[in-house]
Amino acid sequence: MNPLRTFETGLRGIAGHRLRSLLTTLGILFGVAAVICTVGIGQAQSDVINARVASLGSNLLTVSPGSTSVRGVFGGLGSANTLTMDDVNGLASKDNAPDIQAVAPVVQARESLVSGASNWSTQVSGSNRDWLVANARTVESGTFITTSDLTAHAQKVVLGSTTAQNLGATVGSSVTIGKVPFTVIGILNTSGGQGFVSGDDLAVVPITTAQDVLTGGSPNSVQRILLSATGADTVGSAYQEADQLLLNTHGATNAANADFNIQLQSSILSTAQSITQTLTILLASVAAISLLVGGIGVMNIMLVSVTERTSEIGLRKAVGATPGDLLRQFLVEAATLSVVGGILGVALGLLAGVLIPHFTTIAVTITALPVVIAVAVAAGVGLIFGVYPAARAARLAPIDALRAQ
Amino acid sequence: MAADVLRLESVSKVYGTGDAAVHALDRVDLSVQQGEFVAVMGPSGSGKSTLMHIVGCLDVPSEGRYWFAGDDVSRMTENELARVRNRRIGFVFQQFHLLPSMSAWRNVELPLLYRNARDRRGSAMRSLEQVGLSDRVEHRPTQLSGGQQQRVAIARALVTDPDLILADEPTGNLDSGSSREVLGILRDLNAYGRTVVLITHDPNVAAVAHRVVTMSDGHLQDDVAA
Repeated sequence: MNPLRTFETGLRGIAGHRLRSLLTTLGILFGVAAVICTVGIGQAQSDVINARVASLGSNLLTVSPGSTSVRGVFGGLGSANTLTMDDVNGLASKDNAPDIQAVAPVVQARESLVSGASNWSTQVSGSNRDWLVANARTVESGTFITTSDLTAHAQKVVLGSTTAQNLGATVGSSVTIGKVPFTVIGILNTSGGQGFVSGDDLAVVPITTAQDVLTGGSPNSVQRILLSATGADTVGSAYQEADQLLLNTHGATNAANADFNIQLQSSILSTAQSITQTLTILLASVAAISLLVGGIGVMNIMLVSVTERTSEIGLRKAVGATPGDLLRQFLVEAATLSVVGGILGVALGLLAGVLIPHFTTIAVTITALPVVIAVAVAAGVGLIFGVYPAARAARLAPIDALRAQ
Repeated sequence: MAADVLRLESVSKVYGTGDAAVHALDRVDLSVQQGEFVAVMGPSGSGKSTLMHIVGCLDVPSEGRYWFAGDDVSRMTENELARVRNRRIGFVFQQFHLLPSMSAWRNVELPLLYRNARDRRGSAMRSLEQVGLSDRVEHRPTQLSGGQQQRVAIARALVTDPDLILADEPTGNLDSGSSREVLGILRDLNAYGRTVVLITHDPNVAAVAHRVVTMSDGHLQDDVAA
């Protein structure tokens, strides 16, 4: 029997049992769709994190007070805060820390901002001019806070784009923050999300002004210090320098009793990255198992088919089908069910890839590789699980097969 | 003198081994010549089904030789036997054995699929015409009467232009009218030169043949010309 006839005969076998064939393909269909979707979701998450790493740069370090005081730090400002402007000045010294290029102290408070009739509540940070470098941000219009603004305790504010938009404020506008009037001197470029809060909904004022009128704490204490190493390759030595300097100035003898904590921004993100990868692998494994179950479904149906069609097999043998002809016929049926299921699964997976981001906040990025692998695995599963039933069909003795009715 | 289509020489078929061994066929000799119409009679258990399986190359003898159109079938491999069944033997079964999902002409075409023949539809049509079913080519087996189904089966047996038509109780599932019709077709085929071997337990059916042989307990008992 030539291959074309074999293929035709296999397809006729499937067409003869439409409902059953459809149900069989469903197993493969959902398996493939699940693999494509889960890998797509994982890929999208991974892309987001990669983009954040890229936008932040890998040279950012954050110094925060010791972990024991983390929870109380915003409420009991001053007493619980172990970081001071002295630390900031020490870190800013090129002699102490040659590999640190920017040192930005931060104090923060959530404040209500009023501009004309508009009212908007956001996180107000007090910092210095290094804030821009440490956060890898740029100013879209106007200027940023300068050193002289700090000295002058200037009532000037730089707004994130979302905040500015919500307040209807532009450069030169007047904004009242906690009853104190400020002048908008700059608007930041959009960042498209950073860390776990939007990087576009914020306000930055000179830290001296913030300590005076907003946070009300000691003029010497800061909540966090953002450090930027001179480059990605000097992050390690910048970390060492900052750690050593702070241990010395805080009188701590070793890292165990340090009252501060230095974190690499990139390490936080790479942790998030590896968690995402693990989750993706986990989900994809579950999906792959469902693909395997789909394959077993194909085998099950093919076995039923061989049993049910024993008499057909006998007749085919009587009119001249060789064992090889029957083996190929049943393999074509199994493989066709799997490949059709695989193709429909790809269609469903792609559809889900469009619909999921449309109706939820979950992003899906579908790449060619998982699609190709899923279809290849589906076809392979169909062939492998089709071999046993097909071999059974081929081995049937014609007289026994003819007797079955 | 016409050539032998088939010749069995001391053919035995044993099922099982040792004490449980059953001699379904015991040293059977039989030859059928080109153009003969032979009926194999016998009650159930007499070995006539086993004889039919061996004659039809569906099974191989335990002992003895079987020559089909000059070839020693008893030494053939499974694939070679499939080729002999495909090209030289046309089967007609008691249960018709038509594939229910296929139309009449698709059923008739089936043996041609296994020999890569050309113009399979044309051959199937001519074959259906011979059994008087030209107006039923697109019908499914379930849309045909028992007699019509058996005629489709005969058309399928004819389509490869075989050396032998082997009919196993072809009227076993038919009413008397349909039986006469089917036997009439077999007789006509024989009249045009086809060799026919008919297996039956019914003496009335066997009566259409020119020659009747009777199986009993694995032996071919008598061999009388009708």
